[in-house]
Amino acid sequence: MSFKQNVLIGLAALLCGLVFGVGLVVSGMANPAKVLNFLDVLGHWDASLAFVMGGAVMVTLVGYKLFGSLSKPILLPSFELPTRQDIDKPLLIGAVLFGMGWGIGGYCPGPAWAALSAMAPGTLVFLVAMLVGMACATIAKKRLT
Amino acid sequence: MEPSVITEFTPWASLAGGVLIGLSALAVMVLFGRIAGISGITTGAIMNASSDWLWRIVFIVGLVAAPVVLKLFNLEFLGEGTSYPSTVSSNYVGMALAGLLVGVGTVFGSGCTSGHGVCGLGRLSARSLVAVVSFMLSAAITVAVIRHVL
Repeated sequence: MSFKQNVLIGLAALLCGLVFGVGLVVSGMANPAKVLNFLDVLGHWDASLAFVMGGAVMVTLVGYKLFGSLSKPILLPSFELPTRQDIDKPLLIGAVLFGMGWGIGGYCPGPAWAALSAMAPGTLVFLVAMLVGMACATIAKKRLT
Repeated sequence: MEPSVITEFTPWASLAGGVLIGLSALAVMVLFGRIAGISGITTGAIMNASSDWLWRIVFIVGLVAAPVVLKLFNLEFLGEGTSYPSTVSSNYVGMALAGLLVGVGTVFGSGCTSGHGVCGLGRLSARSLVAVVSFMLSAAITVAVIRHVL
C-alpha cells in the first residue's frame, strides 16, 4: 500500500475512533457508575444505556443495509467479516466471563480506552489487566484449536 | 464494590451518543470493511502485525483522545451529567479481576458490547444475539450479587 493510502487510512481511522469515543463519553458509557446502575435492575435502575445500544443498532441496522451492495470497502482491498453461525461453548463461556468483568468493574473495552485520559488509577489497573487477559487468552486459544 | 452513586436518567444524551457510536461503526464497515468491535481491534493491535495493524492502533488513539479533544474545543459539557463527573472504583483487586475477565472473556467469546452488540445485532447475527443476551444476563446477575447479596 502506498504512503498516501496509509495516510488516508490513518486519518480515517483517527476520525472514526474520535467519533466513537465522543459517543461513549456523551452517552455515559465511559462512566462506570452509569453502567453499573444500568445493570442494577434491583437497585436505583438507570435505563439510559438501553438508549445507547438502541441508537447505535438503529444506525447499523439501516446503514449496513444501505451500503450492503458495496463490492469492496473504500480504503482496504476486501471485506473481512465473521461468517460463523454456530453457537459453541467458547462463545457462551466467553460472554459469561466478559459479563462478570463488566459487572464488577463497570467497564467494557471501548469505554475503558475512552476513560484513560482522566488517569483514574482504577481505570489504569483495569486496562493493564484487560490487555494481559487478551494476550494470554489469544495464546491459549491458539494452543487449544 | 463501591457504595452505589445515584445517576440521572439521560435518554437523550445516551441516544445521541449511541447514534455517534453507530455512525462510527458504519464508517468502519464502509471504509475498512471490518467490524468495529473494540475488543477485536485491541487484540489485533497488540497481538498481530498484519496490514490491519495501522487502522486499529490509530482507531484506539482516537478513542483515547476523544475526551481530550472535547476539552480542547470546550465541548466537555456534552458529557456533563453522563460521563462527567465519572466514578471509577478504587478497589484495585476488583478492577484487576474485572479487567482480566473482560480480556479473557472477549477473546473466547469473540467480541464485546460493540462487536456483538452494535455491529453483530446490526448484521442480524444469531451468534451475536446469543452473546449479547449472555453477557447482559451475566453482568446483571454479577451486579445483583455484589450489591444485594454479598
